Amino acid sequence: MSAVDPAVPRVEPYQPGFWRQNQRRLAPWLFLAPGMLMFLVYVIIPIFQSIWISFYDWDGLGEAIWIGIGNYVELLDDEAFYTSIYNNILWLLLYLLAIPAGLAIAIFLNQTVFGIRLVKSLFFFPFVISQVVVGLMFSWFYAPEFGLFYQLSEVLTGKGIAILADENLATFGIIAAGLWPQIAYCMILYLTGLNNINPEQIEAARMDGAKGWSMLWRIVVPQLRPATFIALVVTVIGALRSFDLVSIMTDGGPYGATRVLSFYMYEQALSEYGYRMGYGAAIATVLFIIMMVFISFFVVRLVTRERSG
Amino acid sequence: MKPRMSLYGAALLSFALAGSAWAGELVINTDMSDPAPKEAFEAVLEGFKAENPDITVTWNEFDHEGYKSAIRNFLTADPPDVAAWYAGNRMAPFVNSGLFMDVSDVWAENGLNDTLKSASASMTIDGKKWGVPYTYYQWGVYYRKDIFEQNGIAVPKTWAEFVAACEKLKAAGITPIAIGTKALWPTGGWFDYLDLRVNGYEFHMDLTAGKIPYTDPRVKAVFEKWGELVTPGYFLENHAALDWQDAMPQIVQGKAAMYLMGNFIVAPLKEAGLTDDNLGFFQFPEITAGIPMSEDAPTDTLHIPSGAKNPEEAKKFLAYVARPDVQSSWNEILGQLPVNNQSEKPSDPFLDAGFAMLSDAYALAQFYDRDAPAEMAKAGMEGFQEFMVKPDNLDQILERLEKTRARVYK
Repeated sequence: MSAVDPAVPRVEPYQPGFWRQNQRRLAPWLFLAPGMLMFLVYVIIPIFQSIWISFYDWDGLGEAIWIGIGNYVELLDDEAFYTSIYNNILWLLLYLLAIPAGLAIAIFLNQTVFGIRLVKSLFFFPFVISQVVVGLMFSWFYAPEFGLFYQLSEVLTGKGIAILADENLATFGIIAAGLWPQIAYCMILYLTGLNNINPEQIEAARMDGAKGWSMLWRIVVPQLRPATFIALVVTVIGALRSFDLVSIMTDGGPYGATRVLSFYMYEQALSEYGYRMGYGAAIATVLFIIMMVFISFFVVRLVTRERSG
Repeated sequence: MKPRMSLYGAALLSFALAGSAWAGELVINTDMSDPAPKEAFEAVLEGFKAENPDITVTWNEFDHEGYKSAIRNFLTADPPDVAAWYAGNRMAPFVNSGLFMDVSDVWAENGLNDTLKSASASMTIDGKKWGVPYTYYQWGVYYRKDIFEQNGIAVPKTWAEFVAACEKLKAAGITPIAIGTKALWPTGGWFDYLDLRVNGYEFHMDLTAGKIPYTDPRVKAVFEKWGELVTPGYFLENHAALDWQDAMPQIVQGKAAMYLMGNFIVAPLKEAGLTDDNLGFFQFPEITAGIPMSEDAPTDTLHIPSGAKNPEEAKKFLAYVARPDVQSSWNEILGQLPVNNQSEKPSDPFLDAGFAMLSDAYALAQFYDRDAPAEMAKAGMEGFQEFMVKPDNLDQILERLEKTRARVYK
């Protein structure tokens, strides 16, 4: 009765293989692997390599000589380095103007009038064209003798102002050129943000008597927080890596007055007269540390927000 | 049957690769992207191919500015058989890191030590020759003859006459000297000439070789002379925002009268409408009496990278471009001067003037950014530019240059 019928084959308990057992845990890593590999090879390893190079005196061709922190010591005594940092700070501060300016234009354009789509795309246009083209256009705008700005200033003040030839004004001239596409970028971020605003809240606020500034400041802007966050991130990073405009418009001049860190690094390591890989790498490392401060701030905020839902 | 065929093929191929006389390859990288240099080099290649039908020539053409950084990559990664570059200290980094091949044998076998004598010193490092020069051109003052005539100015021979001419032009409402310093190097021409005229060739060479401090009173004397032009505003305004080409319209429109430049300025000026009647050339005037006249004459060169796969063909090509007839026809199209002293004299009046001037020259300098090492040149020319805008900063500038000098020439 209790005997097991030998005719019925015993069913082995199901033994899943290693893959089946761990599939759920492994699959995400497998999918991530190609991307992580690329990131490792093209981003992480080069970061450490260039930090490593910054301890050498190397012309990129011959033998590299270990000089420890020699490059960093030299940086501390380098006027051009301080000029670059000062200009970087200027860029950072003034570039932030792109955020309120972008918001203002976005609110202005956020209406339903005939042809508004065309107007919106025209406002977005400067972001579509290459930075190099923006730089060229603005250098003609500022050009002595025939530039529109020069002639305008000649009419208004009696003496033409050649912005890019003046060491005190040149950086501001370049930042203005950079702001043009950056404002367009922030504008588009805010335009999409405005689309997602809850109309019921607006309605309710209106009933409670909110209008004008209080409506904007207390109702609309808080709802745009995600857009503001992204706009801040792209603007800060855009300001720190401002290289193309400097290179096109002034080439760092007049006599080095418009250098920023990224341009100075390029100049020292890779340009026509620069053969100092180690020194360039040291500048890059400093720039990296500055960027790290901002990037980690952003990442921490992003993560905490995601955690809190 | 078939396998045997391919065996023969392989044998033939290896024979060919071994560098036999009847099949070869030659890869040439150059920066001759401007129209005239490009056309001229095409003609040179045609001539070489006609004489060497068995050599397959591949010519890689680079943008003139981009080439300066590209060469560092391709010399280490994928060296061609022939590469274009410049003489003097400009080739030193490649020579010192063993990327260029010693071609002293090409010079010896083809008698180039005699025919290319004028460029011999600038092609020599450690007593060996590292390339073959194919062209050079003079620097000097290009001026508007008609404007000089209208204001009763004769071609200045001395510094006093030169300054007086500037004063007269300025009074007549004409910018005496056009210049665009955005790319920095045009300032180097001014420093070279002022130093060559104030202190002489030997001093200038010692300075660019790092043997003399920039705070030396003799260097300061150079800037004093320069200041005589800067302080009264004889240079074009806002030159720091202009490229050298941007300053040319001033000459063409008659708003400026003189331009210290290399002979390559003649072609674009003529294209813009100037002719031999209203465009003239004169030698940079004498400053310190008794100092023999030396000139700036940058030399362009061809080199064999040490990693070249076909050095035999490359040497053949170098010997070819050193020939007087090749250099004559090449420079005819290029509008520059052949280095080979057996070449025909140029027919163009500007080149003829340059040829005469350089033949009488006491010595030839390459140019500030070719005589001084790159780092020094960069810092130096930036200082020159600052001086031309803010002459009062001179002491600061010279101290900064001295700091750079102390570091660069260790």
